[in-house]
Amino acid sequence: MTDSALRELADDPSSRKRFFKMMGGAGAVSAFGVLLAACGDDDDKKDTASTPAAADEPAKKDDGAKGDIAVLNFALTLEFLEAEFYAKVIDSGIVKDKKVAAIATKFGETEQEHVDALKATITKLGGKPVSAPKTKFEETIDKGLMTVLETAADVENLGASAYLGAAGRIKNKDVLAAALSIHSVEARHAAALNQLLGRGFGGKGGLKGTLPDGAFAKGMDEAAVLAAVKPFLA
Amino acid sequence: MASSRLVAPELATIDIKGTTREAFLIRATLAAGATYGALSATPYITKALAQDGGGDVDILNFALTLEYLETEFYTRAVAQVKGLSGDEMKLAKELRDNEAEHVDALAATVKKLGGTPVKKPSLDFGAAFANRTSFLKTANTLEDAGVSAYNGAGPLIKSVDVLAAAGSIVQIEARHAALIRLIRSKPPAPLAFDKPATMDAILAKIKPFIG
Repeated sequence: MTDSALRELADDPSSRKRFFKMMGGAGAVSAFGVLLAACGDDDDKKDTASTPAAADEPAKKDDGAKGDIAVLNFALTLEFLEAEFYAKVIDSGIVKDKKVAAIATKFGETEQEHVDALKATITKLGGKPVSAPKTKFEETIDKGLMTVLETAADVENLGASAYLGAAGRIKNKDVLAAALSIHSVEARHAAALNQLLGRGFGGKGGLKGTLPDGAFAKGMDEAAVLAAVKPFLA
Repeated sequence: MASSRLVAPELATIDIKGTTREAFLIRATLAAGATYGALSATPYITKALAQDGGGDVDILNFALTLEYLETEFYTRAVAQVKGLSGDEMKLAKELRDNEAEHVDALAATVKKLGGTPVKKPSLDFGAAFANRTSFLKTANTLEDAGVSAYNGAGPLIKSVDVLAAAGSIVQIEARHAALIRLIRSKPPAPLAFDKPATMDAILAKIKPFIG
Protein backbone atom coordinates (compact mmCIF):
# COMPACT_ATOMS: atom_id res chain seq x y z
CA MET A 1 0.00 0.00 0.00
CA THR A 2 2.23 2.78 -1.20
CA ASP A 3 -0.24 5.55 -0.45
CA SER A 4 -0.91 4.39 3.07
CA ALA A 5 2.78 3.86 3.82
CA LEU A 6 3.53 7.41 2.84
CA ARG A 7 0.45 8.75 4.56
CA GLU A 8 1.52 7.01 7.73
CA LEU A 9 4.91 8.60 7.40
CA ALA A 10 3.36 11.99 6.80
CA ASP A 11 0.84 11.76 9.61
CA ASP A 12 2.53 9.79 12.34
CA PRO A 13 5.40 11.67 13.95
CA SER A 14 6.88 8.63 15.65
CA SER A 15 6.74 6.61 12.45
CA ARG A 16 8.28 9.48 10.55
CA LYS A 17 10.89 10.01 13.21
CA ARG A 18 11.77 6.37 13.27
CA PHE A 19 12.04 6.06 9.55
CA PHE A 20 13.38 9.38 8.48
CA LYS A 21 15.94 10.40 11.04
CA MET A 22 18.57 10.89 8.41
CA MET A 23 19.70 14.22 7.04
CA GLY A 24 22.35 13.80 4.40
CA GLY A 25 24.04 11.02 6.34
CA ALA A 26 25.31 13.26 9.12
CA GLY A 27 25.36 11.92 12.63
CA ALA A 28 24.95 8.26 11.92
CA VAL A 29 28.23 7.82 10.11
CA SER A 30 30.71 6.37 12.52
CA ALA A 31 33.72 8.46 13.47
CA PHE A 32 35.70 5.85 11.61
CA GLY A 33 33.72 6.40 8.45
CA VAL A 34 34.21 10.12 8.66
CA LEU A 35 37.90 9.62 9.18
CA LEU A 36 38.05 7.39 6.14
CA ALA A 37 36.11 9.80 3.99
CA ALA A 38 38.46 12.56 5.06
CA CYS A 39 41.44 10.46 4.03
CA GLY A 40 40.47 10.93 0.43
CA ASP A 41 40.39 8.72 -2.64
CA ASP A 42 42.75 5.78 -2.75
CA ASP A 43 42.96 5.60 -6.53
CA ASP A 44 46.31 7.35 -6.46
CA LYS A 45 47.71 5.46 -3.54
CA LYS A 46 48.41 1.89 -4.52
CA ASP A 47 49.61 -0.63 -2.01
CA THR A 48 53.18 -1.21 -3.11
CA ALA A 49 53.57 -4.45 -1.17
CA SER A 50 52.97 -7.28 -3.56
CA THR A 51 50.00 -9.47 -2.93
CA PRO A 52 49.22 -12.56 -4.97
CA ALA A 53 45.78 -11.53 -6.08
CA ALA A 54 45.66 -7.73 -6.17
CA ALA A 55 46.68 -6.04 -9.39
CA ASP A 56 49.08 -3.31 -8.31
CA GLU A 57 50.69 -2.34 -11.58
CA PRO A 58 50.10 1.25 -12.61
CA ALA A 59 47.26 1.49 -15.10
CA LYS A 60 48.42 1.23 -18.67
CA LYS A 61 46.54 1.14 -21.91
CA ASP A 62 46.24 -2.44 -23.12
CA ASP A 63 43.70 -4.67 -24.75
CA GLY A 64 43.09 -6.44 -21.48
CA ALA A 65 41.53 -3.27 -20.15
CA LYS A 66 39.14 -2.88 -23.09
CA GLY A 67 36.60 -5.26 -21.66
CA ASP A 68 36.72 -3.63 -18.24
CA ILE A 69 36.39 -0.19 -19.81
CA ALA A 70 33.27 -1.35 -21.64
CA VAL A 71 31.74 -2.68 -18.41
CA LEU A 72 32.60 0.51 -16.55
CA ASN A 73 31.09 2.65 -19.31
CA PHE A 74 27.91 0.60 -19.04
CA ALA A 75 27.90 1.26 -15.30
CA LEU A 76 28.66 4.94 -15.95
CA THR A 77 25.61 5.24 -18.21
CA LEU A 78 23.42 3.92 -15.39
CA GLU A 79 25.04 6.17 -12.81
CA PHE A 80 24.54 9.20 -15.09
CA LEU A 81 20.86 8.23 -15.32
CA GLU A 82 20.48 7.85 -11.57
CA ALA A 83 22.30 11.08 -10.75
CA GLU A 84 20.29 13.02 -13.33
CA PHE A 85 17.03 11.49 -12.12
CA TYR A 86 17.55 12.53 -8.49
CA ALA A 87 18.76 15.99 -9.54
CA LYS A 88 15.69 16.55 -11.73
CA VAL A 89 13.38 15.27 -9.01
CA ILE A 90 14.84 17.67 -6.46
CA ASP A 91 14.77 20.58 -8.92
CA SER A 92 11.14 19.92 -9.79
CA GLY A 93 10.05 20.58 -6.21
CA ILE A 94 7.65 17.64 -6.39
CA VAL A 95 9.00 16.25 -3.13
CA LYS A 96 7.43 18.38 -0.44
CA ASP A 97 8.37 16.28 2.56
CA LYS A 98 11.74 17.49 3.85
CA LYS A 99 12.84 14.05 4.95
CA VAL A 100 12.03 12.35 1.64
CA ALA A 101 13.81 15.21 -0.11
CA ALA A 102 16.83 14.56 2.10
CA ILE A 103 16.87 10.92 1.00
CA ALA A 104 16.65 11.89 -2.66
CA THR A 105 19.40 14.47 -2.21
CA LYS A 106 21.69 12.03 -0.40
CA PHE A 107 21.14 9.24 -2.90
CA GLY A 108 21.69 11.67 -5.78
CA GLU A 109 24.96 12.87 -4.27
CA THR A 110 26.09 9.28 -3.94
CA GLU A 111 25.27 8.53 -7.58
CA GLN A 112 27.24 11.61 -8.59
CA GLU A 113 30.21 10.28 -6.62
CA HIS A 114 29.82 7.03 -8.52
CA VAL A 115 29.81 8.96 -11.82
CA ASP A 116 32.99 10.79 -10.85
CA ALA A 117 34.75 7.64 -9.67
CA LEU A 118 33.83 5.64 -12.78
CA LYS A 119 34.96 8.44 -15.09
CA ALA A 120 38.27 8.63 -13.25
CA THR A 121 38.78 4.87 -13.37
CA ILE A 122 37.93 4.61 -17.07
CA THR A 123 40.36 7.42 -17.84
CA LYS A 124 43.06 5.84 -15.72
CA LEU A 125 42.62 2.58 -17.63
CA GLY A 126 43.22 4.48 -20.86
CA GLY A 127 39.60 4.57 -21.93
CA LYS A 128 37.16 7.30 -22.85
CA PRO A 129 34.20 7.78 -20.51
CA VAL A 130 30.84 7.93 -22.27
CA SER A 131 28.90 11.17 -22.16
CA ALA A 132 25.81 11.63 -20.05
CA PRO A 133 22.82 10.26 -21.96
CA LYS A 134 19.92 12.55 -22.84
CA THR A 135 17.00 11.73 -20.63
CA LYS A 136 13.30 12.43 -20.50
CA PHE A 137 12.52 12.16 -16.82
CA GLU A 138 10.07 15.06 -17.04
CA GLU A 139 7.37 12.63 -18.15
CA THR A 140 7.93 10.54 -15.03
CA ILE A 141 7.95 13.55 -12.74
CA ASP A 142 4.75 14.87 -14.31
CA LYS A 143 2.98 11.72 -13.19
CA GLY A 144 3.41 12.68 -9.57
CA LEU A 145 5.28 11.79 -6.38
CA MET A 146 4.24 8.15 -6.18
CA THR A 147 5.45 7.46 -9.73
CA VAL A 148 8.67 9.28 -8.92
CA LEU A 149 9.32 7.13 -5.87
CA GLU A 150 8.39 3.92 -7.65
CA THR A 151 10.71 4.85 -10.50
CA ALA A 152 13.51 5.57 -8.05
CA ALA A 153 13.02 2.17 -6.45
CA ASP A 154 12.82 0.43 -9.82
CA VAL A 155 15.96 2.12 -11.11
CA GLU A 156 17.96 1.35 -7.96
CA ASN A 157 16.86 -2.29 -8.03
CA LEU A 158 17.86 -2.35 -11.70
CA GLY A 159 21.24 -0.82 -10.87
CA ALA A 160 21.93 -3.47 -8.26
CA SER A 161 20.99 -6.23 -10.72
CA ALA A 162 23.16 -4.61 -13.39
CA TYR A 163 26.30 -4.54 -11.24
CA LEU A 164 25.68 -8.13 -10.13
CA GLY A 165 25.21 -9.25 -13.72
CA ALA A 166 28.34 -7.43 -14.89
CA ALA A 167 30.73 -8.46 -12.10
CA GLY A 168 31.78 -11.68 -13.81
CA ARG A 169 32.94 -9.77 -16.90
CA ILE A 170 35.48 -7.67 -15.03
CA LYS A 171 39.10 -8.84 -15.38
CA ASN A 172 41.06 -6.38 -13.24
CA LYS A 173 40.76 -7.22 -9.54
CA ASP A 174 40.92 -3.60 -8.38
CA VAL A 175 38.18 -2.67 -10.82
CA LEU A 176 36.12 -5.58 -9.51
CA ALA A 177 36.68 -4.41 -5.93
CA ALA A 178 35.45 -0.96 -6.88
CA ALA A 179 32.40 -2.36 -8.71
CA LEU A 180 31.51 -4.54 -5.72
CA SER A 181 31.78 -1.55 -3.40
CA ILE A 182 29.23 0.28 -5.55
CA HIS A 183 26.99 -2.78 -6.09
CA SER A 184 26.26 -3.09 -2.37
CA VAL A 185 25.47 0.62 -2.07
CA GLU A 186 22.92 0.39 -4.91
CA ALA A 187 21.44 -2.57 -3.03
CA ARG A 188 21.12 -0.45 0.09
CA HIS A 189 19.37 2.26 -1.92
CA ALA A 190 17.03 -0.28 -3.48
CA ALA A 191 16.10 -1.82 -0.13
CA ALA A 192 15.50 1.58 1.44
CA LEU A 193 13.23 2.72 -1.38
CA ASN A 194 11.38 -0.61 -1.48
CA GLN A 195 10.83 -0.15 2.23
CA LEU A 196 9.68 3.45 1.81
CA LEU A 197 7.08 2.28 -0.68
CA GLY A 198 5.83 -0.35 1.71
CA ARG A 199 6.76 -3.11 -0.70
CA GLY A 200 6.35 -6.04 1.61
CA PHE A 201 7.57 -4.96 4.98
CA GLY A 202 4.52 -2.87 5.71
CA GLY A 203 2.56 -6.00 6.33
CA LYS A 204 1.75 -7.79 3.14
CA GLY A 205 3.63 -11.05 2.82
CA GLY A 206 6.85 -10.46 4.68
CA LEU A 207 9.82 -8.99 2.90
CA LYS A 208 9.23 -10.50 -0.50
CA GLY A 209 8.63 -7.07 -1.93
CA THR A 210 11.53 -5.47 -0.15
CA LEU A 211 13.74 -8.33 -1.29
CA PRO A 212 12.29 -8.74 -4.78
CA ASP A 213 14.14 -11.97 -5.54
CA GLY A 214 14.13 -13.51 -2.09
CA ALA A 215 17.31 -14.65 -0.34
CA PHE A 216 19.44 -14.54 -3.49
CA ALA A 217 19.68 -11.48 -5.71
CA LYS A 218 19.45 -11.99 -9.46
CA GLY A 219 21.84 -10.34 -11.86
CA MET A 220 20.69 -8.93 -15.18
CA ASP A 221 22.75 -8.82 -18.34
CA GLU A 222 23.64 -5.55 -20.03
CA ALA A 223 21.20 -5.87 -22.92
CA ALA A 224 18.28 -6.48 -20.57
CA VAL A 225 19.24 -3.56 -18.33
CA LEU A 226 19.62 -1.15 -21.24
CA ALA A 227 16.26 -2.26 -22.58
CA ALA A 228 14.71 -1.58 -19.18
CA VAL A 229 16.08 1.99 -19.01
CA LYS A 230 15.24 2.82 -22.63
CA PRO A 231 11.94 4.51 -21.63
CA PHE A 232 13.94 7.11 -19.72
CA LEU A 233 16.21 7.97 -22.61
CA ALA A 234 15.35 10.80 -24.97
CA MET B 1 41.42 -2.78 25.05
CA ALA B 2 39.03 -0.40 26.76
CA SER B 3 35.64 -0.67 25.10
CA SER B 4 35.35 3.11 25.01
CA ARG B 5 38.14 3.17 22.45
CA LEU B 6 36.40 0.67 20.18
CA VAL B 7 34.54 2.06 17.19
CA ALA B 8 32.09 -0.83 17.23
CA PRO B 9 32.23 -2.51 20.66
CA GLU B 10 29.14 -4.53 19.82
CA LEU B 11 31.27 -6.69 17.52
CA ALA B 12 33.67 -7.38 20.36
CA THR B 13 30.94 -9.19 22.28
CA ILE B 14 30.69 -11.90 19.65
CA ASP B 15 32.86 -14.92 20.29
CA ILE B 16 33.38 -17.67 17.74
CA LYS B 17 35.21 -20.68 19.07
CA GLY B 18 37.44 -23.17 17.36
CA THR B 19 40.86 -23.51 15.85
CA THR B 20 39.87 -23.68 12.20
CA ARG B 21 41.21 -21.14 9.76
CA GLU B 22 37.64 -19.94 9.21
CA ALA B 23 37.07 -19.32 12.92
CA PHE B 24 40.33 -17.41 13.08
CA LEU B 25 39.39 -15.26 10.08
CA ILE B 26 36.01 -14.43 11.59
CA ARG B 27 37.51 -13.64 14.98
CA ALA B 28 40.01 -11.31 13.36
CA THR B 29 37.33 -9.75 11.15
CA LEU B 30 35.21 -9.05 14.22
CA ALA B 31 38.19 -7.72 16.17
CA ALA B 32 39.24 -5.44 13.32
CA GLY B 33 35.65 -4.36 12.88
CA ALA B 34 35.21 -3.66 16.56
CA THR B 35 38.39 -1.61 16.60
CA TYR B 36 38.26 0.18 13.27
CA GLY B 37 34.67 -0.23 12.10
CA ALA B 38 32.83 -2.59 9.80
CA LEU B 39 34.55 -1.31 6.63
CA SER B 40 37.92 -2.59 7.83
CA ALA B 41 36.69 -6.11 7.06
CA THR B 42 37.23 -5.42 3.34
CA PRO B 43 41.01 -4.91 3.29
CA TYR B 44 41.50 -7.40 6.08
CA ILE B 45 39.72 -10.20 4.24
CA THR B 46 41.35 -9.33 0.91
CA LYS B 47 44.78 -9.47 2.54
CA ALA B 48 44.13 -12.53 4.70
CA LEU B 49 42.61 -14.61 1.91
CA ALA B 50 45.36 -13.54 -0.51
CA GLN B 51 47.97 -14.62 2.01
CA ASP B 52 46.23 -17.97 2.46
CA GLY B 53 46.53 -18.55 -1.27
CA GLY B 54 43.51 -20.81 -1.05
CA GLY B 55 40.96 -21.50 -3.74
CA ASP B 56 37.27 -20.83 -4.12
CA VAL B 57 36.37 -23.64 -1.73
CA ASP B 58 38.30 -21.93 1.06
CA ILE B 59 36.64 -18.61 0.31
CA LEU B 60 33.22 -20.27 0.26
CA ASN B 61 33.91 -21.96 3.58
CA PHE B 62 34.82 -18.59 5.06
CA ALA B 63 31.53 -17.20 3.79
CA LEU B 64 29.72 -20.30 5.08
CA THR B 65 31.13 -19.68 8.56
CA LEU B 66 29.95 -16.09 8.41
CA GLU B 67 26.48 -17.21 7.36
CA TYR B 68 26.36 -19.80 10.19
CA LEU B 69 27.16 -16.94 12.54
CA GLU B 70 24.43 -14.72 11.13
CA THR B 71 21.82 -17.49 11.09
CA GLU B 72 22.55 -18.34 14.70
CA PHE B 73 22.53 -14.64 15.62
CA TYR B 74 19.02 -14.11 14.30
CA THR B 75 17.76 -17.49 15.54
CA ARG B 76 18.78 -16.65 19.09
CA ALA B 77 17.53 -13.08 18.71
CA VAL B 78 14.06 -14.30 17.76
CA ALA B 79 14.02 -16.47 20.88
CA GLN B 80 15.59 -14.05 23.33
CA VAL B 81 15.12 -10.39 22.46
CA LYS B 82 12.32 -8.66 24.32
CA GLY B 83 10.62 -5.52 23.15
CA LEU B 84 10.69 -5.95 19.39
CA SER B 85 7.65 -4.67 17.57
CA GLY B 86 5.58 -7.07 15.47
CA ASP B 87 7.24 -5.79 12.30
CA GLU B 88 10.70 -5.99 13.84
CA MET B 89 10.16 -9.59 14.94
CA LYS B 90 8.89 -10.39 11.44
CA LEU B 91 12.03 -8.82 9.98
CA ALA B 92 14.30 -10.78 12.36
CA LYS B 93 12.63 -14.03 11.28
CA GLU B 94 12.95 -13.14 7.60
CA LEU B 95 16.62 -12.30 8.03
CA ARG B 96 17.15 -15.55 9.92
CA ASP B 97 15.49 -17.47 7.10
CA ASN B 98 17.55 -15.66 4.45
CA GLU B 99 20.81 -16.47 6.26
CA ALA B 100 19.76 -20.11 6.65
CA GLU B 101 19.20 -20.29 2.87
CA HIS B 102 22.66 -18.80 2.39
CA VAL B 103 24.13 -21.52 4.62
CA ASP B 104 22.44 -24.24 2.59
CA ALA B 105 23.48 -22.77 -0.74
CA LEU B 106 27.10 -22.22 0.27
CA ALA B 107 27.43 -25.71 1.75
CA ALA B 108 25.95 -27.19 -1.43
CA THR B 109 28.34 -25.17 -3.59
CA VAL B 110 31.35 -26.31 -1.57
CA LYS B 111 30.26 -29.92 -2.01
CA LYS B 112 29.65 -29.43 -5.73
CA LEU B 113 33.23 -28.17 -6.05
CA GLY B 114 34.49 -31.29 -4.32
CA GLY B 115 35.19 -29.65 -0.99
CA THR B 116 34.04 -30.34 2.54
CA PRO B 117 31.74 -27.72 4.05
CA VAL B 118 32.87 -26.48 7.45
CA LYS B 119 30.68 -27.29 10.39
CA LYS B 120 28.64 -24.79 12.35
CA PRO B 121 30.98 -23.21 14.90
CA SER B 122 30.32 -22.76 18.59
CA LEU B 123 29.19 -19.18 19.14
CA ASP B 124 28.63 -16.78 21.99
CA PHE B 125 26.95 -13.43 21.41
CA GLY B 126 27.50 -11.96 24.85
CA ALA B 127 25.00 -9.25 25.73
CA ALA B 128 23.77 -8.74 22.17
CA PHE B 129 20.25 -9.94 23.02
CA ALA B 130 19.94 -8.08 26.32
CA ASN B 131 17.43 -5.68 24.78
CA ARG B 132 16.09 -4.33 21.53
CA THR B 133 18.71 -1.61 21.32
CA SER B 134 21.72 -3.88 21.67
CA PHE B 135 20.24 -6.42 19.26
CA LEU B 136 19.60 -3.82 16.57
CA LYS B 137 22.98 -2.17 17.03
CA THR B 138 24.78 -5.50 16.79
CA ALA B 139 22.69 -6.59 13.80
CA ASN B 140 23.50 -3.30 12.06
CA THR B 141 27.23 -3.62 12.49
CA LEU B 142 27.25 -7.35 11.80
CA GLU B 143 25.43 -6.91 8.49
CA ASP B 144 27.71 -4.00 7.53
CA ALA B 145 30.76 -6.10 8.41
CA GLY B 146 29.36 -9.00 6.41
CA VAL B 147 28.96 -6.82 3.34
CA SER B 148 32.50 -5.52 3.78
CA ALA B 149 33.88 -9.04 4.24
CA TYR B 150 32.18 -10.33 1.10
CA ASN B 151 33.41 -7.27 -0.83
CA GLY B 152 36.91 -8.08 0.39
CA ALA B 153 36.66 -11.69 -0.72
CA GLY B 154 35.07 -11.03 -4.12
CA PRO B 155 38.19 -10.03 -6.05
CA LEU B 156 39.94 -13.23 -4.95
CA ILE B 157 37.29 -15.58 -6.31
CA LYS B 158 38.50 -17.41 -9.42
CA SER B 159 35.31 -18.84 -10.89
CA VAL B 160 32.73 -16.45 -12.36
CA ASP B 161 29.99 -18.82 -11.18
CA VAL B 162 31.23 -18.68 -7.61
CA LEU B 163 31.54 -14.90 -7.92
CA ALA B 164 27.94 -14.74 -9.13
CA ALA B 165 26.83 -16.83 -6.15
CA ALA B 166 28.77 -14.67 -3.68
CA GLY B 167 27.46 -11.54 -5.39
CA SER B 168 23.87 -12.73 -5.16
CA ILE B 169 24.37 -13.21 -1.41
CA VAL B 170 26.24 -9.99 -0.62
CA GLN B 171 23.52 -7.97 -2.33
CA ILE B 172 21.04 -9.45 0.13
CA GLU B 173 23.32 -8.69 3.07
CA ALA B 174 23.51 -5.09 1.88
CA ARG B 175 19.72 -4.93 1.70
CA HIS B 176 19.57 -6.42 5.21
CA ALA B 177 21.98 -3.77 6.43
CA ALA B 178 19.86 -1.01 4.95
CA LEU B 179 16.65 -2.37 6.52
CA ILE B 180 18.20 -2.70 9.99
CA ARG B 181 19.61 0.82 9.67
CA LEU B 182 16.21 2.22 8.79
CA ILE B 183 14.69 0.62 11.90
CA ARG B 184 17.40 2.34 13.93
CA SER B 185 16.68 5.63 12.14
CA LYS B 186 20.15 5.57 10.63
CA PRO B 187 21.03 6.37 7.00
CA PRO B 188 20.67 3.14 4.99
CA ALA B 189 23.64 3.96 2.78
CA PRO B 190 25.83 6.45 4.62
CA LEU B 191 28.83 6.05 2.31
CA ALA B 192 29.03 6.16 -1.48
CA PHE B 193 31.30 3.11 -1.53
CA ASP B 194 31.20 0.05 0.72
CA LYS B 195 34.94 -0.03 1.08
CA PRO B 196 37.40 2.20 2.90
CA ALA B 197 38.65 5.23 0.99
CA THR B 198 42.23 4.39 1.76
CA MET B 199 43.02 0.70 1.92
CA ASP B 200 46.68 1.41 2.79
CA ALA B 201 45.96 3.29 5.99
CA ILE B 202 43.58 0.59 7.15
CA LEU B 203 45.93 -2.20 6.21
CA ALA B 204 48.63 -0.59 8.29
CA LYS B 205 46.27 -0.42 11.25
CA ILE B 206 45.02 -3.99 11.01
CA LYS B 207 48.50 -5.45 10.55
CA PRO B 208 48.36 -7.07 14.04
CA PHE B 209 45.35 -9.11 12.93
CA ILE B 210 46.99 -10.32 9.75
CA GLY B 211 50.19 -11.56 11.34
